[in-house]
Amino acid sequence: MEMERGYYALGYLDSLAYNDTLAHRLDPRAKIIATLLFVIAVVSYPKHEVSALLPLAFYPMMLMMVGEVPARYVARKLLVLCPFALMIGIFNPLLDRQPMIEAMGIAISGGWLSFASIMLKFALTTSAALLLIATTPFPAICEALDRLFVPRLFVMQLMFVYRYIFVLIEEAMRMVRARRLRGFRGEGLAMSEFTSLAGVLFIRTYERAERVYQAMLARNYSGAMSTLRELSMSASDWAFLAITTAALVLIRAYGIAAVIGRAAL
Amino acid sequence: MHMSDALLSPEVGASLWAGAAGAIALSSRRLARQMDERMLPLMGVMGAFVFAAQMVNFAIPGTGSSGHLGGGLLLAVLLGPYAGFLAIAAVLMVQALFFADGGLLALGANVWNLGVYPCFIAYPLIYKPIAGSAPSGARRAFALIAAAIVGLQMGAFSVVMQTYLSGRSELPLGSFALVMQPVHLAIGLVEGIVTAGVIGFIIRERPEIVARMNGAAAAGAWSGRVIGAIAIATLLIGGAGAWVASERPDGLEWSIEKVAGSGEIGSHDSIAHRIASALQGALSFMPDYSLKGSTKQGRGFDAGASMAGILGSLILLVAAFCLGLALRRRKGKAGR
Repeated sequence: MEMERGYYALGYLDSLAYNDTLAHRLDPRAKIIATLLFVIAVVSYPKHEVSALLPLAFYPMMLMMVGEVPARYVARKLLVLCPFALMIGIFNPLLDRQPMIEAMGIAISGGWLSFASIMLKFALTTSAALLLIATTPFPAICEALDRLFVPRLFVMQLMFVYRYIFVLIEEAMRMVRARRLRGFRGEGLAMSEFTSLAGVLFIRTYERAERVYQAMLARNYSGAMSTLRELSMSASDWAFLAITTAALVLIRAYGIAAVIGRAAL
Repeated sequence: MHMSDALLSPEVGASLWAGAAGAIALSSRRLARQMDERMLPLMGVMGAFVFAAQMVNFAIPGTGSSGHLGGGLLLAVLLGPYAGFLAIAAVLMVQALFFADGGLLALGANVWNLGVYPCFIAYPLIYKPIAGSAPSGARRAFALIAAAIVGLQMGAFSVVMQTYLSGRSELPLGSFALVMQPVHLAIGLVEGIVTAGVIGFIIRERPEIVARMNGAAAAGAWSGRVIGAIAIATLLIGGAGAWVASERPDGLEWSIEKVAGSGEIGSHDSIAHRIASALQGALSFMPDYSLKGSTKQGRGFDAGASMAGILGSLILLVAAFCLGLALRRRKGKAGR
């Protein structure tokens, strides 16, 4: 059952990417670069920073709203993905108990601050990556990478992996289901059963790769990636990139949020 | 053991990105020059195979837990190190995007930990010498298990080092390693047994496939230049680490403080002061973000400035929210 769930999650995320909104219409190169700048801005904060990280939430929030990605979906995804950061981060409050700030008479230790910082950074960077793929079809990302000087051979690997994961996961699911239907014991797959199942899947995959190659030759494969639509950075793409970069710099380097807050106070 | 963006510092994340990108560029260039064209779809579809096989869980005997295939070593053995590395790197990248496993900055670390070690260290330096040219089944299995264990031990230790050098977690190097290494010994053992099982099955059922793949992969035979590239990248990472340690006293000095001087109040105080001044340095570009005299609480932190920061953030976020709403509505109208 777990496999089915993973498969549908994959398909759902993929289907989101084919929506048509302002966020989806942006050039994938602009979105990739903006997302990378955003991630670097987030992780560049020192380990105890919590409040200064908050304004950076503008970026995933706007992409989510404009891209019409359901907030509940993003929240659920973050919850599912948090264990690793949580497991490592949770030791900070235990190891660093020195009080660092006092808020309303309660002393907060440096450990809790750095833990909160890790979790906030996790939420920001993970949602940004998630929203990039939720607003950009994977082939467009590959095309953008190709134009951003990523080696063509590697970009083609990405394309192949993307094109065939759905096919192969379906195939694996059929095999697991067939075994379950014919088995008398519980659900669990023993290690020896897994190796023969994976072996059969491998042989089928190999044969499929040969057919794929024949098909590529039949369609006059020449080593180039051909697409119907050429990527081009329009004025709005440049504007998006410029505004995002400016906002990140203002927030990160000039602490604009604190300035506004002080003015408001 | 996917690394996470939140635990990385930009310096460590960027050095590993550079290392991973270098390995990808090197492998691509080498393959582009001398690869059999048939390998192109084979690598990609094999990547998708590993992706699918990773989603099938199996029971690990005697533990009651379940595991799944990693696949880096399997691809290296069947496709050769260069093609295997590109395929596993592609798998990790698709996973980083579709499963948001770790994140985009951590992608470099993950490609390094789960791709470079099995393909460029474990395969050529452990598997090849032990297995030789025409190994028996048992010998091949032994070589695969040894290679999988070495690859995963290196990967696990890298996760520990990357976390430690980034200084985001308080975990002391020693105890973190003491947890990670034994756990990954078990995982490596399982990975080796499963990899040996799958390769054994394929050789038993369809020996010609392995022969043909090895023929096509021969162009990607391993050379010493990779070791050179890896050594350079490692130096780069080590250098970045040393730089982080000297530039960012907050990570290293607290651990030093914990290990060395916990009893002496005098030295403790001076460390607190140093940390306070480091914090001040980090915050100095923010006007009026002042640090309280750090006598009582050690490292002072002005709550008032934090409040201003939080309030300002809220204002900014509300503004962004409204802007988002406006952009969304405009899109709706345009749609109609």
